[in-house]
Amino acid sequence: MTDIAVTNVQPDRAAVASQWQLIWWAFRRHRLAMVALVVTVAMYVVALVPGFFAINDPTLQNARATFHPPQGLHLIDTSDGFSIGLHYYPLKLTRDPDTLAAIYKEDTSQKMPVVLFGRGYEYSVLGLFRTNIHLFASADKSRPLFLFGADRLGRDVYSRVVQGAQISLSIGLVGVFISLLLGIVLGGISGYYGGRIDFVMQRVIDFVLSLPTIPIWLALAAALPQGWPATLQYMMITIILSFTGWAQLARVVRGRFLSLRTEEFVAAARLDGVSEGRIIFRHMLPSFSSHIIASVTLAVPAMILAETSLSFLGLGLQPPTISWGVLLREAQNIRSIATAPWLFMPGAAVVIAVMALNLLGDGLRDAADPYNK
Amino acid sequence: MTDVLPIAGRKPLLEVRNLTTEFPLRTGVFRAVKDLSFSIEAGKTLCVVGESGSGKSVTARSILQIVDAPGRIAAGSILLNEPGGSSIDLAKLDPRGRAIRAVRGRDIAMIFQEPMSSLSPVHTVGDQITEALRLHMSMTKAQARAEAISLLRQVEIPDPEKAIDRYAFQYSGGMRQRAMIAMALACKPKLLIADEPTTALDVTTQAEILDLIARLQKATGMAVLFITHDMGVVAQIADDVLVMHHGVAKEYGTAEEIFHAPKDPYTRMLIGSVLKLEQKAEIRLARPPLDAKAAPILEIRDLSMQFGELKALDQVSISLLPGETLGIVGESGSGKTTMGRSVMRLYDPTAGEMLYRRSDGTVVDLARISGRDLKSARRELRMVFQDPFGSLNPRMTVAQVIGEPLLVNGIAKGKELEERVCHLMEQVGLDPAGRERYPHAFSGGQRQRIGIARAITLNPRIIVADEATSALDVSVRFQVLDLLMRLQDELGLAYIFISHDIGVIRYMCDRVGVMYRGRLVEVGDAEKVCNQPDHPYTQALLSAIPRPDPRDRDRSRRFRYIEPTLKNESVVR
Amino acid sequence: MLKFIVKRLLWMIPSLFAVSFLSFVLIQLPPGDYVTTYIATLAASNEIVDQNTAAQLRERFGLDDPMLVQYFKWIWGILTRGDFGISFEWQQPVSGLIWERMALTLLLAVASLLATWAIALPIGVFSAVRKYSIGDYFFTAFTFFGLSVPSFLLALVLMYVAAVEFGQDVGGLFSSEFETAPWSIAKMLDLLTHLWLPVAILAVSSTASLIRVMRANMLDELPKPYVTTARAKGLSEFRLLTKYPMRIALNPFISTIAWLLPNLISGSVVVAIVLNLPTAAPLLLQSLMAQDMYLAGAFVLLICALTLIGSLISDILLALIDPRIRLE
Repeated sequence: MTDIAVTNVQPDRAAVASQWQLIWWAFRRHRLAMVALVVTVAMYVVALVPGFFAINDPTLQNARATFHPPQGLHLIDTSDGFSIGLHYYPLKLTRDPDTLAAIYKEDTSQKMPVVLFGRGYEYSVLGLFRTNIHLFASADKSRPLFLFGADRLGRDVYSRVVQGAQISLSIGLVGVFISLLLGIVLGGISGYYGGRIDFVMQRVIDFVLSLPTIPIWLALAAALPQGWPATLQYMMITIILSFTGWAQLARVVRGRFLSLRTEEFVAAARLDGVSEGRIIFRHMLPSFSSHIIASVTLAVPAMILAETSLSFLGLGLQPPTISWGVLLREAQNIRSIATAPWLFMPGAAVVIAVMALNLLGDGLRDAADPYNK
Repeated sequence: MTDVLPIAGRKPLLEVRNLTTEFPLRTGVFRAVKDLSFSIEAGKTLCVVGESGSGKSVTARSILQIVDAPGRIAAGSILLNEPGGSSIDLAKLDPRGRAIRAVRGRDIAMIFQEPMSSLSPVHTVGDQITEALRLHMSMTKAQARAEAISLLRQVEIPDPEKAIDRYAFQYSGGMRQRAMIAMALACKPKLLIADEPTTALDVTTQAEILDLIARLQKATGMAVLFITHDMGVVAQIADDVLVMHHGVAKEYGTAEEIFHAPKDPYTRMLIGSVLKLEQKAEIRLARPPLDAKAAPILEIRDLSMQFGELKALDQVSISLLPGETLGIVGESGSGKTTMGRSVMRLYDPTAGEMLYRRSDGTVVDLARISGRDLKSARRELRMVFQDPFGSLNPRMTVAQVIGEPLLVNGIAKGKELEERVCHLMEQVGLDPAGRERYPHAFSGGQRQRIGIARAITLNPRIIVADEATSALDVSVRFQVLDLLMRLQDELGLAYIFISHDIGVIRYMCDRVGVMYRGRLVEVGDAEKVCNQPDHPYTQALLSAIPRPDPRDRDRSRRFRYIEPTLKNESVVR
Repeated sequence: MLKFIVKRLLWMIPSLFAVSFLSFVLIQLPPGDYVTTYIATLAASNEIVDQNTAAQLRERFGLDDPMLVQYFKWIWGILTRGDFGISFEWQQPVSGLIWERMALTLLLAVASLLATWAIALPIGVFSAVRKYSIGDYFFTAFTFFGLSVPSFLLALVLMYVAAVEFGQDVGGLFSSEFETAPWSIAKMLDLLTHLWLPVAILAVSSTASLIRVMRANMLDELPKPYVTTARAKGLSEFRLLTKYPMRIALNPFISTIAWLLPNLISGSVVVAIVLNLPTAAPLLLQSLMAQDMYLAGAFVLLICALTLIGSLISDILLALIDPRIRLE
């Protein structure tokens, strides 16, 4: 019953392994979750300094690149002997003589090299300093590289997706953080004191959980004045999302508290003369922190999806703020996506981010309790 | 021990030859049963006895090929001999195939340890009994129902016409096991495999279930394969005995041979450990008699504890002398654990007082103090818990667990703390080198030692030990009991020793209180209460304990205690 | 049992009350009121509304009363006359606008729920019984994918595929000839031919989460002793599975209605807007934007009430099928 889940390590190592080590060993065996961990970390690195990973200024409009299709990157060039180096070929804009529709053709006569750590537009790193060094930069700024194509105003979709990661990924974290604070305080009170307080809190949690979230969010979001600055909008949206998000976490916290309250080692600690504060922080909190981390990881993707849906419907973040939901509004029009299917790229980013976080959370949940198998 | 007992004349019902069952694991293959051979004759009882991890349960499950995944039979044969002379090798059958399914439930039936979880919670008992009848005997619904009612009557379930439509959770523990037996007997099997069927039951209920099985066995002529860890039970029911340890047979013979001429040292240890419980511990015999006139260190007066409607403790009064071991014995639900927890103030008793005499002679009422007073009283009253797994925080090292009372009470820290912890570990027989390890690296007995070390850290005067050894195997149990007595001599402790096991009480305690439904029905000298009790309940309890001697099988002495006021109602558990 | 149901029904009263109050507060939150928005709209087309007209409008709609008074007037109207107030924008009683749309919303939610169950139950059981088989990995991959795709994105992609590959417009719930037609059998059949797409889209994510629930439940039940008991009786694996662990794993499954329904209704809002379905959602969005408070309030109230009733039904169903609750 209390056999250790990890058996493939030397017994001596396992004997002195703390809970986090045991969790890490169990987690490491979960291969898919490890991949998800790598993807998640990579995405948050991008979200931290999106400017560095972007190629073109995401807000720059380009009338000559309306619905510019994605360009391929080439590594090996055989046109002129053999050479290796990242490069692309600019597209030539022609018009169909009958319909006047735009036709883009690759112009292989002009090889455009891609410069690693090259100079591009200037951006700010976390508001600390400004720089113009990018991971990739095109050598000729007049012939920009559209890796994922361009939208209706000729803005670079790739750079916009990269830029959108910052808001979309962080809104999940901030929203969950607020939910978690509420959840821990309310769920903790409920589970720790029990009795009547617990009963009332349970009713409230049940009630909140039975509400359909999107109509409520819509109504709340509709109350936001249109002209608010982006940061204020951002904060309000996270608060709105937390309005219903806390209940789930509160339920988890409460359940853990309740089951731990009856654990014998907690009773033993009380008999040892351990103060209530120390019981909570030294005995109970370490016992469920891993579960909380897992629940939180699983709550973040839900928040990301929620923000995306709200912004997509036009009641969340508003342009010119760039988030994945805002970007997907461009794809709302069936005619736009019929001519430019690459407008779905922000959607792909959402799917990858949410999937990675879900897998990560799942692996964490499985590894969260190394003492009970 | 690979040779099968030669049985002259006819073939045994079941012959197991060189059985090996293994579990493939990530790290290799774990062999739960190694090269095991035995046989069972029709109408006889074979007991397979062993401690936890001996492979006895896996053996039982291998016969029906219902070993939990990923376990599988790796080698050997299990021959089921038909009366006609033909025989089938069960080990060769496909575990999911039709052939083995025809044997399960019809030729060989099985009952399990936990009757509650072994019955489906959402199907009626009748539904689960008729199922086997309809499957193997192709009865109609009505026939099966009539048969099920008669089966329930056979296993002495009152009012079977109504009981058949009830659910398992509406039955009491003993009734559930009766229903399980009725289910197993439905198709009149030739062999009943009983896997620790009485371990989860109280001793009086156990006696009744054992009687029931014996009677049914006599009536139907079936063979019984009985798995147990309790040598007392073995002595009472076995014709033949197979002693297992770590997956191999240690000894195989008739009950008479095993109990009266054991050859293997492991068998001797098992029997010795039961016989030890027939008398006082040697350590105690060497002690000078207690000073009965000394002022009691703890005096409990009219202690009551009410949980809603239930009176868990009903005006309990008892006292504890300095240096004394006071046993509290009772069956489940008797209130003995509530009493221990009330003394420690893990529960706040509803009425009564608990007068504790400090070393300076002043007296405090433990039932009324709180805050600082309670905290200081808890330094002198300590507790050892039943569950050696649940009572140690798995996220703290052993040094942290043992040292915590010293640390939070501001007694020692840093280097001094470490030295004290090392000393404490030595005192309870643990190697201080292991102090940085976590509890999961220790065995059950070692963990209980850690729990004891934690209890003695603050130089207590009283220790409440709640079923401190009942989760342990017999071989380890005595080491822990003897440790407790040694510490008593060294530290001058008084114990309140709570147990369901009269044998352990007899071994450990000076005086005993017997609890029944929240009341203390008898208090007296351990010797007397455990051998010639006055109260009819204690007498009934004693009569139900299986004697570890196959020559002493007089069941007629057994009786169940029925409370005088409730005599008219049907009290069946 | 009866006591349980009565108690549960009584709990509905404060919940419904709370929901109605919540809806009212929500739609009162935006600064200004309908008249402000109305004036702004008119101003955009260079029409000027003078103070008097505005005040008259406010008085007519009772917008100057304190909020609590407005709330009680509103709820009193609903309770006594089924009167949800007047839609400012449409200039007609709200009750005339909402019912058909609510019925379609309910139909969509229930159809998705049934589809979800029908798919998730067998797959969940299969995944648990054949744990770590190729099939299990396949379905696990599907569940992770299903949980990660926002339903509106799925709707968009399907619309794109239908438009580009098949040249079809898959929006709406009716063909154009039936859109305004009165209800008839032909219209019902037409509805069914359109319903499958939104149902399929909605079912993807809920099926994914429900498969996981069912698989986890089954994995909890499979090693339990009563399964071994049944096996020792000689039951075949299939009969044993369907009769015991599946039956017991069904209980937590039933209780999922309580959270599945809110999720489905939430999801259906976004999908309905994308696919332009004549359900409550597009009108709700429109009325929220226009601050048409009684219309929006009625929708929010009814949608919330719907999910509350869903959790009520799930609790009662659970009590009906689980003797442990029924006989308590």
